[in-house]
Amino acid sequence: MGRYVVRRLLQMIPVFIGATLLIFLMVNVMGDPIAGLCGDRECDPATAAQLRHEFGLDQPVWQQYATYMGNVFTGDFGTAFNGQPVTELMGTAFPVTIRLTIVAILFEIVVGIILGVVTGLRRGRPVDTGVLLLTLVVISVPTFVTGLLLQLLLGVKWGWIDPAVSSEAAFGELIVPGLVLASVSLAYVTRLTRTSIAENRRSDYVRTAIAKGLPRHRVITRHLLRNSLIPVVTFIGTDIGALMGGAIVTERIFNIHGVGYQLYQGILRQNTQTVVGFVTVLVLVFLVANLVVDLLYAVLDPRIRYA
Amino acid sequence: MRGAEHAKWAACAAAVVLAATACGGGGGDGGSGGGSGGVLSSSWGDPQNPLEPANTNEVQGGKVLDMIFRGLKKYDPKTGEAKNMLAEKIDTSDSQNFTVTVKDGWTFSNGEKVTAQSFVDAWNYGASLKNNQRNAYFFAYIDGYDKVHPESGSQSADTLSGLKVTGPRTFTIKLNQKFSSFPDTLGYAAFAPLPKAFFDDHDAWLKKPVGNGPYQVDNYTRGSQMSLRKWDDYPGDDKAQNGGVDLKVYTDNNTAYTDLIAGNLDLVDDVPASQLKNVKNDLGDRYINTPAGIIQTLAFPFYDNDWNKSGSEKVRKGLSMAIDRKQITDTIFQNTRTPATDWTSPVLGEEGGYKPGLCGDACEYNAEEAKKLVKEGGGLPGGQVKITYNADTGSHKQWVDAVCNSINNALDNDRACAGNPVGTFADFRNQITDKKMSGPFRAGWQMDYPLIQNFLQPLYYTNASSNDGKWSNEEFDGLVDKANGQTDTAEAVKTFQQAEEVVRDNMAAIPLWYQNGSAGYSDRLSNVELNPFSVPVYNEIKVG
Repeated sequence: MGRYVVRRLLQMIPVFIGATLLIFLMVNVMGDPIAGLCGDRECDPATAAQLRHEFGLDQPVWQQYATYMGNVFTGDFGTAFNGQPVTELMGTAFPVTIRLTIVAILFEIVVGIILGVVTGLRRGRPVDTGVLLLTLVVISVPTFVTGLLLQLLLGVKWGWIDPAVSSEAAFGELIVPGLVLASVSLAYVTRLTRTSIAENRRSDYVRTAIAKGLPRHRVITRHLLRNSLIPVVTFIGTDIGALMGGAIVTERIFNIHGVGYQLYQGILRQNTQTVVGFVTVLVLVFLVANLVVDLLYAVLDPRIRYA
Repeated sequence: MRGAEHAKWAACAAAVVLAATACGGGGGDGGSGGGSGGVLSSSWGDPQNPLEPANTNEVQGGKVLDMIFRGLKKYDPKTGEAKNMLAEKIDTSDSQNFTVTVKDGWTFSNGEKVTAQSFVDAWNYGASLKNNQRNAYFFAYIDGYDKVHPESGSQSADTLSGLKVTGPRTFTIKLNQKFSSFPDTLGYAAFAPLPKAFFDDHDAWLKKPVGNGPYQVDNYTRGSQMSLRKWDDYPGDDKAQNGGVDLKVYTDNNTAYTDLIAGNLDLVDDVPASQLKNVKNDLGDRYINTPAGIIQTLAFPFYDNDWNKSGSEKVRKGLSMAIDRKQITDTIFQNTRTPATDWTSPVLGEEGGYKPGLCGDACEYNAEEAKKLVKEGGGLPGGQVKITYNADTGSHKQWVDAVCNSINNALDNDRACAGNPVGTFADFRNQITDKKMSGPFRAGWQMDYPLIQNFLQPLYYTNASSNDGKWSNEEFDGLVDKANGQTDTAEAVKTFQQAEEVVRDNMAAIPLWYQNGSAGYSDRLSNVELNPFSVPVYNEIKVG
């Protein structure tokens, strides 16, 4: 187990370097960001040169990358164009997005798995067909439509929620955005769980458990569900990374000042430091989430051993 | 039907959860932090650059500076006329040497007196190359600028030799050329005075800016909110009529608009294009749409021989006549833009140099004449024009497509015009700076100060800062120089208009439309207006 984790952690290093290098190059390909700083006019050459020097943009790309990575390892993620250190931006953005992600993941786990179990146990019944249709609709409707629709209905027409999230972004305010963010994944989780449950329901160990005379809820939770959750856990694990980085649309609609918003603004302003910094952290989150998922397999299925 | 079902289901799920966590969410509580002090909330965007007077060149930061600073002059929010604010008088005998007397009794909100030194220090800071100020070029007219801010290499002086403090409340300005309307430019935020605190502890100042305007910053959380409160001891006569303003950063102007409709926000000063159709229904007379000092044009790459040979002015004129401006402003912009008939803006007023119809026939839609002119001029270079624009902000794609459509129809050629989107604004500016344009491109100009000079010199003077097309014309340059030397304002305006006629005769850029400022507000507010810079006049807004 320990060796396995170490090996996985070592594998992360090339992935990490490769991913950051790619992002760094991609943002650089977009051209010189200084030109966008002076509005609809040319920056005067002296100031532009000075700014370029200050942000290290006058050096060759490989050297910029080396300097940047060197700084990252000392905890310095550079400075955004508005003079704010990127770490400060992260300090405000990540807690918000993490809260949003937690809400979304909770929705996926609670609602998704419950619906999956219910439909998996009642295959072909009206409940099953109904939920199936519903998930189809959710999957096919783009997030921004769901988001805007809920915002309009709940926020403006019925006045149940505030259409925009305040800058504190407390958990209570993030429920609807979290639901919107989770909606598509939630539908997938439901379907995955349903298929898995339906398949395993006919397996020998379930029959044995029932024959032993175990109560129904124990059969379902201890035997059936635990074995059926492996694909679902994989999905949810990788989804954590996707939710954190992919909240751009939801965050814009609901005015959430999180990672997605900072990334969006960083890309618009071609702010290498912001974009690379945030993506670097997201890459880390993704890698760690994947590792945790792999370790969880062993917990769910004792037959799986890591050596 | 399924969509409706889905919404209902989702709404129910949300409702259950809301009830369960008892967050309530009651949408109608105003959200703006108590009405007793008469504080209003207003939409905001994160300022792009650090919030310093000489470093702010966009509206969002400009909004704040407008509230916390007062300069020597202030532009009248209605007429745009430059009126003395902190200046008791600005004297000159030769349009080159000015003596400024600062009014007595002004202080910064931290109690420090506003003196001549406050101005001179601030301007020296703004001009100095090492401070990276984006608006440094505003000080380029002052003598000694080339030493403090050389085009290349390091600076050989730290202060402008043209500025001299001659007394606690007086200082002199020496310009490096005659510029009669120079005093009228001093209302621009870059010329604001700065307190000692700005230089002593710069980081602290940036966290909580201190100025001398009707408001003071109470609380500033970068990237999310700034709370400004009325400064009770403000010595000026334009005191704030409300208790304060909470500027809230919105990720999207659509969200801000939705928040206004839901009653959680009081003022939105940028109504999204997609909502223009509903805005009358949603807000009624709480929607304002007034001219702002912004003109949109199509500029041409004069560094490209195809666009700079004899006869190509006919092609440009032909293209201009092929654009049905009226139809586009009506349908795409819902009348938030007005077809342009000159190269300035209506906010200048006729006395200030705005001359409707100066463009004449060349700005009227006339398909026949357009076809004829393009043919006479040797046809379109390469058989097709591509209009380059940045696709990330505004609704540029829509109007560029409409303009192309109009050109194609007028010239009877489906391939005459096509849009050429560029991903980001920065990249777009890059390609312009690197002279990579091969055809007409979007050029917008938002005035810095309401003077005809500002609509012509920076845009069309040889090598001027915003002369993106690198157009150069001796006659135009000569007329501008002449106008800048004329002390009589009416005379100067006339000369500037002659220069504008040179622009017209060469069709150096195609004027498209004048842009309006738009804003919507809640029923708690009254007396809401936009100034010529399309910024709400916050200090005059009444709450309750």
